[in-house]
Amino acid sequence: MTIAVIQFGGSNCDRDSVQALESMGYDAELVWHEDGLPEDTTGIMLPGGFSYGDYLRAGAMAARSPIMGDVRDAAADGTPVLGVCNGAQIGCESSLTPGAFTTNESARFQCEHVYLRVENAETPWTSQYEAGEVIELPIAHGEGRYEIPDDRLDELETDGRILFKYCDESGEVTPEANPNGSKHAVAGVTGERDHVAVMMPHPERASLEDLGRTDGQPVLSGFAD
Amino acid sequence: MTTFTATVTVRLKRGVLDPEAETTQRSLERLGFELDDLRSADVFELDLGADSEAAAAERAEEMAERLLANPTIHDYTVEVEQAE
Repeated sequence: MTIAVIQFGGSNCDRDSVQALESMGYDAELVWHEDGLPEDTTGIMLPGGFSYGDYLRAGAMAARSPIMGDVRDAAADGTPVLGVCNGAQIGCESSLTPGAFTTNESARFQCEHVYLRVENAETPWTSQYEAGEVIELPIAHGEGRYEIPDDRLDELETDGRILFKYCDESGEVTPEANPNGSKHAVAGVTGERDHVAVMMPHPERASLEDLGRTDGQPVLSGFAD
Repeated sequence: MTTFTATVTVRLKRGVLDPEAETTQRSLERLGFELDDLRSADVFELDLGADSEAAAAERAEEMAERLLANPTIHDYTVEVEQAE
């Protein structure tokens, strides 16, 4: 029974993720990508960072590393998979989740707190929130703008696959509250089944009581299901 | 077996925002240049041995599909010529 937090060369939120998960009572461990998944893996987290220096495109290299074949197989068998930040880019690059995260509209790296509106509160990652609830999480990315063809985005909306949208403090989705120019202000989406999800904001950076906000804990609770 | 050079050009699809290109265009305009638009692209030159130009192109296209381009946001072209 362990949540495998996969380390690629250049991952840098791997230890934070383990610490956040352990603080919530989960068994979590760092797994170097060349070592393969532990046999008792019950959840998989793709952490943030700059795997392979963001060469080619953020997440492109890690998405094609051998362990991702194991991750896809585990996901197909129902193992929960959460990709955060660089892990979200890897998730989309490996087609675990739809769309792509590309250069911010500002063309700058952005490190700030954002408000998110819970769009679908019936997924493992959002079931402890209310639909429409506003939470606050940090972002830290240069390539977080969600891109996908319009017709596919409409399908995602219809099918309830949008987890969070960037919004203002009152929950209004406005252009000003969208930090990176994401289409429809999308901050996180699920795969074809909702036990696989990716998001650019960092729930693990808002999960320790000592650091103040714990708005991210409910997302990590998705590993309990 | 002949050696070919396949040139793979990867571009953002029309309509996909390119903040880096916009920033580059603004810099050119700041230098006093006049231009209507600027689009950027990544170019990869691949040297590979193949039995025919078509076989070389096919392999380069597969590389573009599987890694060099992200089909969600990119279009790409492949041109093949015999290496010097």
